[in-house]
Amino acid sequence: MAELKIVGTSVSRKDAVEKVTGMAEFIEDRYMGPMLYAKMKKSTVAHGKIKSIDTTRALKHPGVKAVLTGKDYPNLIGLYLIDRSFLAVEKVRFWGEPVAVVAATTEKAAAEAVELIEVEYEELPGVFDPREGMKPDAPLIHEDLANYEIVPIFYPKAGTNIANHFKIRKGDINKGFEEADLIIERDYYVPQMQHVPIETHKAAVQWSPDGKLTVWSTAQSPNVVRQLLSKSLDIPMHKIRVISSYIGGGFGCKAGASIEGLLVPIAQKFPGHIVRIVFTREEDMQGTFTRQALYSKLKTGVRKDRRITSLQYKMIWDGGAYTEYGVNIVRAAGYSSTGAYDIPNVKTDSYCVYTNNSIGGPVRGFGMCEMQWGIERQLEVIARELDMDPLEVRLINGMKKGSSTASGQVVHDLDYDKCLKVVADKIGWGKKESNRNGKYRGKGIAGLVKCPAQPSNAASSAIIRINEDGTAHVMIGATEMGQGMLTAISQIAAETLHIPVDKIDIKVPDTDFTPYEWQSVGSRITYTCGTSVKRAAEDALGQIYRVAADLLETPEEDLSFDGKNIFSTNNSDKKATIREVADSCKKCTGEGIAGPIIGRGSFVPTNMTNLDPETGQGNPGLFYCFGATGVEVEVDPETGVVTVLQLACSIDAGKAVNPQLCTAQLHGGTIMGLSTALYEEVCFDKGIMLNRNFTDYKIATIDNTPHMDSFIIETPETHGPYGARGIGEQPMIGVAPAIANAVCNALGVEFNTFPLTPERVWQAVKDKK
Amino acid sequence: MTEKMPVNFTVNGDKEEREAVVGQTLLKFIRDELHLTGAKEGCEIGECGACIVLLDGKPVNSCLILAVELDGKDLVTIEGLSKNGELDRVQKAFIKHAAFQCGYCTPGMILSARALLERKPNPTDEDINQALSGNLCRCGAYQEIREAIKASSEK
Repeated sequence: MAELKIVGTSVSRKDAVEKVTGMAEFIEDRYMGPMLYAKMKKSTVAHGKIKSIDTTRALKHPGVKAVLTGKDYPNLIGLYLIDRSFLAVEKVRFWGEPVAVVAATTEKAAAEAVELIEVEYEELPGVFDPREGMKPDAPLIHEDLANYEIVPIFYPKAGTNIANHFKIRKGDINKGFEEADLIIERDYYVPQMQHVPIETHKAAVQWSPDGKLTVWSTAQSPNVVRQLLSKSLDIPMHKIRVISSYIGGGFGCKAGASIEGLLVPIAQKFPGHIVRIVFTREEDMQGTFTRQALYSKLKTGVRKDRRITSLQYKMIWDGGAYTEYGVNIVRAAGYSSTGAYDIPNVKTDSYCVYTNNSIGGPVRGFGMCEMQWGIERQLEVIARELDMDPLEVRLINGMKKGSSTASGQVVHDLDYDKCLKVVADKIGWGKKESNRNGKYRGKGIAGLVKCPAQPSNAASSAIIRINEDGTAHVMIGATEMGQGMLTAISQIAAETLHIPVDKIDIKVPDTDFTPYEWQSVGSRITYTCGTSVKRAAEDALGQIYRVAADLLETPEEDLSFDGKNIFSTNNSDKKATIREVADSCKKCTGEGIAGPIIGRGSFVPTNMTNLDPETGQGNPGLFYCFGATGVEVEVDPETGVVTVLQLACSIDAGKAVNPQLCTAQLHGGTIMGLSTALYEEVCFDKGIMLNRNFTDYKIATIDNTPHMDSFIIETPETHGPYGARGIGEQPMIGVAPAIANAVCNALGVEFNTFPLTPERVWQAVKDKK
Repeated sequence: MTEKMPVNFTVNGDKEEREAVVGQTLLKFIRDELHLTGAKEGCEIGECGACIVLLDGKPVNSCLILAVELDGKDLVTIEGLSKNGELDRVQKAFIKHAAFQCGYCTPGMILSARALLERKPNPTDEDINQALSGNLCRCGAYQEIREAIKASSEK
């Protein structure tokens, strides 16, 4: 490969100046025109029949233009398992479910009118624990499960609350357990958490009298919003325009389609008006996806030579009231259920179970944080029982080139050993720090792996327009939610086109103008959109050479482009500036050669397969990204407070397109992981979410942030653009188990759940005494 | 009828005479009346810091202050930080150190940092942690933010 000039350098963010000056436009910053403001009436019971909704008083309230209930608007929407309507129809399935929506000329009038709607419920027995919900006599939450439309890679069980049962059957676990010298069995629990982007969910829609629907949304994936609205509302795609602004944090909660469709019937009644909804912090906490809680059981067989011979993994996920997205998280956790380790015999059963808790859905990691918590804690228990070094147990069993995953997919491009060793070295692995001032010290390590959980046909595309002066517009459908996509993608385009990155313009998507991108999820954009853009740039460059060959009357193969001039490598007199090629495209005789240059590129995976429904065997991974986290903690046994003294993280990025932004992702994911490890847990009381603001639900602040040391490993991804793979979610995965492993090592106790709050740690110390 | 009161104030160096709706928050007034949309709403109850502006040089959560309290005060928003197209040194340092990702908390974060540097030109890590502990950043750019502020102070 030729030496890279732009990929691999830390150019400033494309969105930098806008973001530090307050000029970056988020959707609520747009002055929109004649407005109507929408507010939701929400369910006050977790599970119940709607006996009546009286909207009379609300409709009479000054300023109110419309009130909509589920009876008026029963349309269903969903990506994988279509189990949800925009508004509850006949029954509610979680506390806070929207049952009506009011639109008024001011936000205040809408909020007041919501209070005037009277809803009568007949409360039904609820399910708040998925383990109970799986039982045959549990109250049924979705009576119509058998009739829901579903992508046929999910396996719901009609007549139960099981929305998906995913299976892995690899090798022979009984044989594996017979070979083992030690068998470890443990139960683990991971509670719900919330994404809490600082920008809440927002959407605005406008219906034009000619039948065109315009949607402004905080959605991570405008093309999916368009697709799902088109299907749900029976509007052709060219009549739906979805515009994305900058997004104030996504982390998964803005994936799929969420609140946009709620507003459409109102907008259709008032053509020209813009109907907008802005979620309050409380609504964002309670009414959007939470991370699904996981109850799991691991049984691991290991030989004295430290080889793991067998794994049985049972996962029971709290899918919440609607699991249209959750079913795929449960599947992803299933097919990755050995974590970063090569285990020959595996039996996994991963169940997604409906409950009457808030809706479960995707969060950074897409099931991997929850699933690998069990794997990485279990390894620690194994190491302790066998009196072995936890790092060595990981190195011996860790995946290597040619290893196979739980689904039997062979991995090629990785150096997991290196990921582990760099963080271990950094924290002084093997050197036990002595306890000081009555406080205990401990070190912990954890590995991680993740592939994008996307369908095998999740596609991407790009268009590059070359301007008359040789600068370029890169048009893509991916969204910018902080990850730095605009910058990385510009660098790939600039590298391929041989032009400086400041000659590239790139913007967030608008589905009327920008080409298709499946979704900005799964840490996939650098790979998928990056590949499309690279192909589009190669296409444009090919056209530049063809035009120049004609113009200079020189064979294409003799031409070279240095970013300014296209010249003959044999005859230095024969040269044309990029401006001449891009603009005139005509010979000195005035004869035309070609029109404006437009490059096009697209991508769809070719290395993925369906999975066998009985064994789960096949290739679900577009690519696999490995990494590790190493931690040193100090624990105060008197207060239970855990202080993180050292925090080191590594990720194998393949090729860091922009090392500074790659490091920023590594740090950001690590802090989010630390925050979940020590502070975050959504608390429910019979389906009622109790901590719905930042006072009751704490996230890490700057004063909780220890210094982090980060390491980018570069084992090239064979088919990634310039060897790159995505890394956005991965850094979070290893943090909670690494911190817990360190705390367990410090105190000589076991934690099978987190967050490690002072109360929980103090109790563990007390119980040990 | 909605009751209004006159408010005379300075915003980003310019004198303004306006009327503010009684009960309206300063944040809503800044965004909806002055059309300065850099200040963001993240929680409406003073927990996240995304709406921070400088009032008489002090960082305040504008969602916790009434618009009518602006009378007689000097207001600086993120839009007023750069002068004649030249970015403030904190803004430059935030870019250089990649001290933001999604950018939603950034205006509040930069204004908190600006106020700290006015008070303590050479802040320690602890000073920074304390001054910015009311600014939430879910992208987790805190380490880069600390570096950016320290780089801004070394002048």
